[in-house]
Amino acid sequence: MPDTADILRLESLQVHFPIQGGLFDRVLGRPAGAVRAVDGINLNIGRGEIVALVGESGSGKTTVGRLITKLAQPTGGKMLFEGRDMTSVQGLSALRPYRHRVQMIFQDAYQALNPRHTVFDIVAEPLRSLRLVDNATQLADRVSEALASAGLNPPGDFFARFPHELSGGQRQRVVIAGALAVKPQLIVADEPVSMLDVSIRAQILQVLVELRKKHNMALLFITHDLPVAWLIADRIAVLYLGKLVEIGSADEITFNPRHPYTVALRNATPQIGANAGRAELPALQGEVPSAARVPKGCRFHPRCPVALDRCRQEEPPAIEVGPKHLAACWLADERPCST
Amino acid sequence: MTNPSQDKTPLLEVDELAVDYGLKGVSSRAIDCVSFALRAGEAVGLVGESGSGKTTTAMAIAGLLSPNARVSSGEVRYRGNRLPIDDDAAMRPHRWSETSVVFQGAMNALNPVHRILKQIAEPCMLKLRMSRSEATARARELLELVGIPADRGAAYPHELSGGMRQRVMIAMALACRPSIVIGDEPTTALDVITQAQILKLLGELRSQLNLALILITHDLSVVAEACDRVMIMYSGRIVEDGTVAEIFAQPKHPYTRLLIESIPNPASGKKMIRPIPGDPPNLVNRPSGCAFHPRCPSAMAVCATEVPSLDKFGQGHVACHLHRFSQKDRVAAHA
Repeated sequence: MPDTADILRLESLQVHFPIQGGLFDRVLGRPAGAVRAVDGINLNIGRGEIVALVGESGSGKTTVGRLITKLAQPTGGKMLFEGRDMTSVQGLSALRPYRHRVQMIFQDAYQALNPRHTVFDIVAEPLRSLRLVDNATQLADRVSEALASAGLNPPGDFFARFPHELSGGQRQRVVIAGALAVKPQLIVADEPVSMLDVSIRAQILQVLVELRKKHNMALLFITHDLPVAWLIADRIAVLYLGKLVEIGSADEITFNPRHPYTVALRNATPQIGANAGRAELPALQGEVPSAARVPKGCRFHPRCPVALDRCRQEEPPAIEVGPKHLAACWLADERPCST
Repeated sequence: MTNPSQDKTPLLEVDELAVDYGLKGVSSRAIDCVSFALRAGEAVGLVGESGSGKTTTAMAIAGLLSPNARVSSGEVRYRGNRLPIDDDAAMRPHRWSETSVVFQGAMNALNPVHRILKQIAEPCMLKLRMSRSEATARARELLELVGIPADRGAAYPHELSGGMRQRVMIAMALACRPSIVIGDEPTTALDVITQAQILKLLGELRSQLNLALILITHDLSVVAEACDRVMIMYSGRIVEDGTVAEIFAQPKHPYTRLLIESIPNPASGKKMIRPIPGDPPNLVNRPSGCAFHPRCPSAMAVCATEVPSLDKFGQGHVACHLHRFSQKDRVAAHA
């Protein structure tokens, strides 16, 4: 029986981009490598649930978003949407019903909007191309509704405007309205607020939270910002070099992180107010390695301040360290809860 | 990170500075009445949203204003001497040796076809009149100072990670031994862990070299970690300044308060999203009176007509009518 409680299930999903070796390598018979952008991810998203996917650049978080919206094709694993296997579904017409249910919000509203289209045409485009409306009146109604849900009021005032006439916050709202227009069940938002001014960010977060309240829409919120993830999400999944290292409720991940990488992320995040007890682990050295050369064993071990010999040899499985709280670390069950 | 200098005379004084930009024949004011002083070794955060004038202020201080900018009033003094900030040629000897800048996009600021050692050695040869071998030695020294092994100097910018490139930018900024370094969003494009490393490096260099630091950012939490003092800019004016402790514990300007509240803070335990309504104004549609009044929850009638002056308040300054009137006056202002 397919599990219908979850709207989306990712099972060991992976994307390996092959590296074309040079002529020299081929003559010598060296094996061609691969960029392991996404390296086996298990993740469920429930109906109406907000899950934040947190990671640094190069962690593969955007690729996960592109896989879910079918903008990239996985090379392994399975992806189930409402219990149906979507892994190998390809092609414009085959994907039409899926695109009706899953939409994406991109980071850069300046680039995501066609400068020569009016706001009306931008928001109407998915409705037209997915053939969700029969006549012009219906189209106008749906566009108005979407603009109003995204907080652009009164919607009629924005119909004839072009993107350059809007402020940054308004532009991001138009991008959101375009995703909303088709009334999807899942929205993948890739860093939707990181380009915006601080005072505008909270406005956009509020719009996204309202959508869940009103339409029970599920949201995968991709971000590098742990406090923002804590604020908006029910659960947080932490991604490092193509693999989830920890997943749990937003409060658990923020206040009781069990993977050294999550602890390091939290400690590196600048915060207002008291920073007492922040220096429990030394600051991380170095940077995220290339996904073409994933370290052996635990992929975090070269930067891990508490790595053991075992970490250099064997990859740790995700183990339960609390209620619905998984961490992939050999030390996660031994180390006392850090606060 | 506190390193207050014993020297009480300000290193840098900005006095009633106003800068206009000419755009299609129309002149619009980017910053107005900006005044502050910076002591040696002090770290000041300049915080504001896009269009608030924080970068214009910094570029004016560094003498790097764009050709269509005009200093319409006020002046900048370095160790008591007026800087010719609106004269490109006269400014040349002052640039980089007194005030230097670390720019945001290190990939765009570095020359992609030169090795980084050569790029760091270049200002030493041009400004300090060093020979090539002296300059190369100095560049190697600078690389080690910012935590890059000197042998990596043979690398091209594209071979380095974002954090390493930002370190190279810092090394270049330090080349001519300036006493003020301006960081224009130096960590904005970086990941949190790399950002923490760069902020730590800047803090260490500051105490090691007694550098004064002006950190331009839109991120109040970065300022909370790295600065002694903070100035909040809104629509071209400083609306509040004070010590970091004072501003975060007791913000006086409604904008500062709302800005702090809009940042998610897990330590507070409160999962509340409190947006500031409306959009930040741009140069051409600046509201009358206090520029924040259309978005301000405590706006009064006077706020729409009169620009509040930046008055002393506690240890800092605040430009808000709320703090200028006594309770009685406030009732009158409402009427």
